[in-house]
Amino acid sequence: MDTALLIDQIAGLIGDAHHVATGALSPIPAAAAMLARRRNGGRTRVTLLGSRKFSHYTDGARELFDSAAQGRMDVFFLSGAQIDGEANVNLVSIGDYEKPKARFSGSFGAPYLYMLVPRVILFRLEHTPRTLVRKVDFISAPGWSPPEVYRPGGPAALITERCLFDWDKAMRRFRLRSVHPGETPDSVRAETGFDYDAPEEVPTTASPAPETRDLIRTVIRDDIAESYPRFAAEYDR
Amino acid sequence: MIESIESLVGQIADGAKIVVPPDYSGVAVAATRALIARGVRKLHLVASPSSGIQADMLIAAGCVATVEAAAITLGEFGIAPAFNRAVRDGTIRMLDATCPALHAALQAAEKGLPFTPLRGIIGSDLLRYRTDWKVIQNPFSEITDPVVLLPAIIPDVALFHAAAADRNGNVWIGRRRELMVMAHASRRTLVTVERIVDEDFFDREERVAGVLPSLYVDVIAIAEKGAWPLAVDGEYERDDAALASYAAGELFAAA
Repeated sequence: MDTALLIDQIAGLIGDAHHVATGALSPIPAAAAMLARRRNGGRTRVTLLGSRKFSHYTDGARELFDSAAQGRMDVFFLSGAQIDGEANVNLVSIGDYEKPKARFSGSFGAPYLYMLVPRVILFRLEHTPRTLVRKVDFISAPGWSPPEVYRPGGPAALITERCLFDWDKAMRRFRLRSVHPGETPDSVRAETGFDYDAPEEVPTTASPAPETRDLIRTVIRDDIAESYPRFAAEYDR
Repeated sequence: MIESIESLVGQIADGAKIVVPPDYSGVAVAATRALIARGVRKLHLVASPSSGIQADMLIAAGCVATVEAAAITLGEFGIAPAFNRAVRDGTIRMLDATCPALHAALQAAEKGLPFTPLRGIIGSDLLRYRTDWKVIQNPFSEITDPVVLLPAIIPDVALFHAAAADRNGNVWIGRRRELMVMAHASRRTLVTVERIVDEDFFDREERVAGVLPSLYVDVIAIAEKGAWPLAVDGEYERDDAALASYAAGELFAAA
């Protein structure tokens, strides 16, 4: 898997956002946020949850959530054990909730931030029918809401080790944007448990230039090693 | 106010609702080991908003009946093994929550309120299983606008670890102000510290905002390296080798 490609693509999705935050267990989004920031000369503010170095908060753990409710967070990231075709995310369990076959860490802030942050980028490295499912076993956070539910936030895109999807809010479906090198539209379709739209011609995701790869190595070493020491130590691209 | 760690944990009763901080805020791990040693049972463990090794040790030792948390995880070191097993086996009751709901519910207790509203959460399966959470129509809106209500969480005990307390029982918490909310919400607050310093933290204006006043603090005990293997701001970093060891089932053989 080309981690640098994922980091580069996510940085592109972040663009010039004013404030990006990353939550727990998110080294790749964290690296992407720092890359986006370096690319736009520091215009993007980045908050890495738990970091002392990259934080815009001084009032404790609740402040990140309050600031999202105030509209001060433009981009956040979510993953899940399962994600389905309606962009529902499962961070809790597989099987019967009361006696699950598999249990995960928990929903963290997803049930709240997914509803309030305008652009939530979904990332799930493993792209198989096991992870991208027809319907999640437990909805930690719903992909869409009926119109009467207050919901300024929601999914923008889904990136995996095989491809990049855009979220089509009007259609309540994913739309394939590009397939990563080594994948084809057919290989992606075969490994995806949910139905989605795709254009006639699907481009290949661009591979990062050597300068970008160098910059990513710098970002990982200097910016995110504090929060993700294991990831930084094991990164070799 | 200053007691031994054994005396401190002796004041956590069986069945107590105890609130603990997230892994990076100042976790009273030494006190947790003492609590396990005294054989506490049936705790209702509230994580503000998540917990890792602390929750997992208590669950592994059979001390916990109920966990109320947004997540129980060892972070980069993987799932919390005892928690994971206990949920699958049905030996603990898990009240799944989300971080802002736990903060808000503690803030409701902080204000002496019976409940608090919160945005988001509607459409999540959390609401299917948290029958103690309600959804009402926003009474101030003319259009349909459902809002979640959460009951206040009033812990019997808040337990955490900090770098220092002063001679008057004020506790330095720095930027970890979730500890402040925990203490405000709880009936009693028990704190272990690296040291007691012969100062008054209220003397230095630039410090005051990071101080938990002694008004909220019931018991302080000294515990050097009291958060190990977790970090304490300004004191020591996380011991990653020890955490990896715990994740592999090799640390704290007695636990």
